[in-house]
Amino acid sequence: MIDTTRPLQPPTKQPLWGRRLLTMHAWSTYVFLYAPIVLLVVFSFTKDTFGVRWTGFTLDWYIKLFNDQRMMTATFNTLWVATISTILSTILGTLLALGMERYRFRGRDGLDALLYMPIVIPEIVMALALLAFFSFSFGIIQALTGVTLRMNIWTVIVSHVAFCISFVTVVVRASLKGFDVRLEEAAADLGADTRTIFWRITLPLILPGVIGGALLAFTLSLDDFIISFFTVGPGTNLLPIEVYGRVKRAITPSINAISTIMLAVSMLLVFLSQFMQRRADER
Amino acid sequence: MTKASAVVLDRVTKRFGNVTAVDSISVDIRDGEFFSMLGASGCGKTTTLRMIAGFEYTTEGVISLGGVHVERIPAHLRNVNTVFQSYALFPHMTVNENIAFGLQMQKVNKSDITKRVAEALAMVQLTGYGERRPKQLSGGQQQRVALARALVNRPKVLLLDEPLGALDLKLRKEMQIELKRLQQEVGITFIYVTHDQEEALTMSDRIAVMHAGKMLQIGSPTEIYERPANRYVADFIGEANFLDGHVSANDGIYTIVTLASGVTLSGIAQHPMHAGAAVTIAIRPEKLRLSVQPTDQLLCLPATVERVLYIGSDTRLTVSLDNGAHLDVWEQNNRSTLDRDAYWQKGERGYVWWTPDNALIMAE
Repeated sequence: MIDTTRPLQPPTKQPLWGRRLLTMHAWSTYVFLYAPIVLLVVFSFTKDTFGVRWTGFTLDWYIKLFNDQRMMTATFNTLWVATISTILSTILGTLLALGMERYRFRGRDGLDALLYMPIVIPEIVMALALLAFFSFSFGIIQALTGVTLRMNIWTVIVSHVAFCISFVTVVVRASLKGFDVRLEEAAADLGADTRTIFWRITLPLILPGVIGGALLAFTLSLDDFIISFFTVGPGTNLLPIEVYGRVKRAITPSINAISTIMLAVSMLLVFLSQFMQRRADER
Repeated sequence: MTKASAVVLDRVTKRFGNVTAVDSISVDIRDGEFFSMLGASGCGKTTTLRMIAGFEYTTEGVISLGGVHVERIPAHLRNVNTVFQSYALFPHMTVNENIAFGLQMQKVNKSDITKRVAEALAMVQLTGYGERRPKQLSGGQQQRVALARALVNRPKVLLLDEPLGALDLKLRKEMQIELKRLQQEVGITFIYVTHDQEEALTMSDRIAVMHAGKMLQIGSPTEIYERPANRYVADFIGEANFLDGHVSANDGIYTIVTLASGVTLSGIAQHPMHAGAAVTIAIRPEKLRLSVQPTDQLLCLPATVERVLYIGSDTRLTVSLDNGAHLDVWEQNNRSTLDRDAYWQKGERGYVWWTPDNALIMAE
């Protein structure tokens, strides 16, 4: 209700210069954040061979890219790694989230804290740890069976699963927080066994969270450099590593082009992931 | 009783850690009965219901449904259905899909499912709402869907866990009548959990008053109200005045009690009481009368009016006896407006009286 006994006060006005400064600050922040990205995208279409000046529009670099066998193989490998590690980490992460959210058991709090470790520890530490883990276990396997294992695309997949699980679990757990356990009881009451309850009640209701987690895992795997670099071993080429290798020699607009594509894909996935989570929250 | 048992609980106990939620309950619920478990929160009523449904297993004791022991059979294999307090409708399914769920689990064929879902919707007067989502319905409508979803399976027993708790008063009254009508129509045994005594009294054939994991009294609404087994029941159901004393004699029908003040009163005891036993006399406030002149009644005590609460249909008085005890007296305003006894002022002297049939003597 409006208090009618006193005249309405106009809201306190900020001084003009204050508002101008605030607007400038906001704009400069955005310029700071996005200018490099905009430049990258713009220079992926330039005719300039060094890709640092605007000399006219061309799609040549994109065409060149698609004819570049090495680059295509790296792209294919990266997509393969991202897909497999997303599937595995989504399944494992969802199960882990269900277990953590539903059951009380000894050591649960400790496990809860450990779950966030891969998210917060420096990636280089994680990468070195995984490298050490692989060399150590391969050494043991060789000593025991005489079989020599080498790091390849599968070690990368395992590594990606290892850090993606945490992210998937966090996202899925968020969607389980608001889940009414009575719904599962109601389904059991109506004659559904545990498996039916999972497929027909639980999973459909947490699916937005699961998909959100999967998209996040896919994005993370797609542009991961450090962990991939340490665990890939010789002979397998991955996109971020290939890009890095080429940049060391010379920046070409082709690099700008592939980066632009990766940027577009990542942004799309993050957007989708946000969208799915928002849908989950509305439920 | 000629009717068969629908549910039998035999010394059913449930412990959570070292807390005993349900303490050796035995009851025989008959086929087609509307049976209520009434009690304050934490009395064990919901736990008992959940054990019958199969969401909790008994720690000790036996539960039989239609003569079959089920205490170790999981919920999805029991022929009972539950209506939850929160309704627990599946939010990602339409009303039709919700109601069809149980039938799909029983592998009923598609055309039968369609037919029975339509019948169930008609039964709860929601025909035409089948394609909506639960969220698009009001609380009362969701409640009806939950009822239809349970009843469509034609269970032997329907369990209802405070199903009207979330509804507003007016809707609750309507649904009480509606539920009772439905129960009589389908003839299914209803086991109803509530903390609302009026709800239990209105709908039930029998009520079990529960406290601290035990069933203190099982009986018809009239029995529970008119002949409460003990002080807790008398206090929990409706209002009651309590006077403490000792048994001084038995004269066949009536038991004579002497209060600490020396006044002797007579009343009815449900079990024979030996002289000297410490007892409580419980009298409902509406069974007490107040008059200006002493009556020829055996039980007539001088009293002073302490408080007068006029509420239209009734006048609620609090009087104090000469020994200091307070009694609540509810006078129905049905007398001639010229009757002196119809108007009381604070501080007036009068006589409070009652018939000994309404004075219930129970062990301390």
